[in-house]
Amino acid sequence: MTEHQKPLPPISPDTKEFWEGLRRHQLLIQRCQDCGTYRHYPRPMCHNCNSMNGQWVKVRGRGKVYSWIVSHHTVHPAFPTPYLVAIVELEEGVRMITNLVDTSPDEVYIGMPVEVFFEDVTEEITLPLFKPIDKGSRRT
Amino acid sequence: MNGLRDKAAIAGIGETAYSRNSGVTYQALLLQAAVRAIEDAGLTAKEIDAIIPPCFGAPADTFAVNLGIPDLRYAATLRIGGAAAVASLQTAAMTISSGVAKNVLCVTGWNGYSGARIKGMGSIWDATITMMPIMREFEHPFGFFIPVQWFAMMARRHMYEYGTTSVQLGAVAVAMRKHAILNDNAIMKKPITIEDHAKSRMMADPLRLLDCCLESDGAAAVVVSSAERAKDMRHRPAYIMGVGEGYPESPDYLAARPSLTETGIKKAAPKAFAMAGISPSDVDVAEIYDCFTWNVICQIEDIGFCKKGEGGPFVEGGRIELGGELPVNTHGGLLSQAHVLGMNHIVEAVKQLRGTAGKAQVKDAEIALVSGFGDIGDGSAAILRR
Repeated sequence: MTEHQKPLPPISPDTKEFWEGLRRHQLLIQRCQDCGTYRHYPRPMCHNCNSMNGQWVKVRGRGKVYSWIVSHHTVHPAFPTPYLVAIVELEEGVRMITNLVDTSPDEVYIGMPVEVFFEDVTEEITLPLFKPIDKGSRRT
Repeated sequence: MNGLRDKAAIAGIGETAYSRNSGVTYQALLLQAAVRAIEDAGLTAKEIDAIIPPCFGAPADTFAVNLGIPDLRYAATLRIGGAAAVASLQTAAMTISSGVAKNVLCVTGWNGYSGARIKGMGSIWDATITMMPIMREFEHPFGFFIPVQWFAMMARRHMYEYGTTSVQLGAVAVAMRKHAILNDNAIMKKPITIEDHAKSRMMADPLRLLDCCLESDGAAAVVVSSAERAKDMRHRPAYIMGVGEGYPESPDYLAARPSLTETGIKKAAPKAFAMAGISPSDVDVAEIYDCFTWNVICQIEDIGFCKKGEGGPFVEGGRIELGGELPVNTHGGLLSQAHVLGMNHIVEAVKQLRGTAGKAQVKDAEIALVSGFGDIGDGSAAILRR
């Protein structure tokens, strides 16, 4: 594993389990134990019923591209341009900002089915990236 | 719903020269704009008793010390980025109508070119953005850092939902540039065409360089006083007829918004119109926060100048240019005049209502709308009348 130059997430007590799950290659999403509403990013309270009883649910990590951009302008030297950033909507209804891999700007479209791909970037941090479903695995 | 209607008025306006090399500190720039606004109102600095400073870097203390204010009664910092300037009119009107203070100084600006640049992710930028901790954890690791990326994500969705095109975005850029060319205090003076827009380099697809506002140095300020007092001041008052703020759901995490194509202004504008007792068709000139071309289209819809999704066609055919149905950003806006966080939009609206907007004057302008847009979609709207 080469040294990771990109910014790493500053993890808080409210988000620790999310990142620990990723390290085990599990995508965990918070769900309210009282009303069943999913939420992401991880936080202490359900926005639907204000309950603080949250549970972590291991999800399949499948969803669709909700919106996407191709970043051409260099903002951070560790991100070679161009690169794809997307908002992916999971089957559970929550959305997250991520990168799309194993695809190209010519192929991406809103509604494209995608699944999670666990990118181990350091010993401690694994990022949830997404790739098109049924395109085979990266780095065979 | 009309509690603040016509209670307060903008009595003074002030701007620095807009440039890419101010040669002075951020604080000095802000103070220069402030004293000009105070003088324009015919007041002395000692008569300022409330301050709404910019959302970063220069607290009310900076102004109180430098201006020698003996009796500062109220100060509030509005941390909503580009929505703060217009929102400060609401706070000022509340402050005045409640009797807390008499003359409120509102000021914004930055050394946006010679100082910390947006892409540099400098300390000022970090301090500006309230949701930075969430961004650091859930956006930056994926290379999602800066405004052009946020609004490209929203523009893409708008294109998908409503068929908005890059050519329509270009029409906004062209209109702002035409207006800037008429303005002696505007940075961008070279005419541009739709073709120039289409050829400009891609920043974050679908947004190109000419979809982006300027990074510039400058500051602007206004003084708000009671409507009664403003009548006796140096210039014709611009009365605050209606004003409102609005926030999208999930204001701090773009991905979780129910819609990427509606923003806080959709909630702010109806409050302002209801307070003013007028409708969008009564507006003679609109100064709309134009951090990117797409944001103008989205706000034109959310304010109600056209139906949702029709903003793209609306901005075409010269409709938002001087002489068109709804002249927008008659000063050139953030896209072509300067980026001073939207206070320049308020200053321009006041000039239009005073009849001192020079070559960009909209004939007999009686009602102006000013909008603010900040922190990924917080919104503010003010309706001013002469």
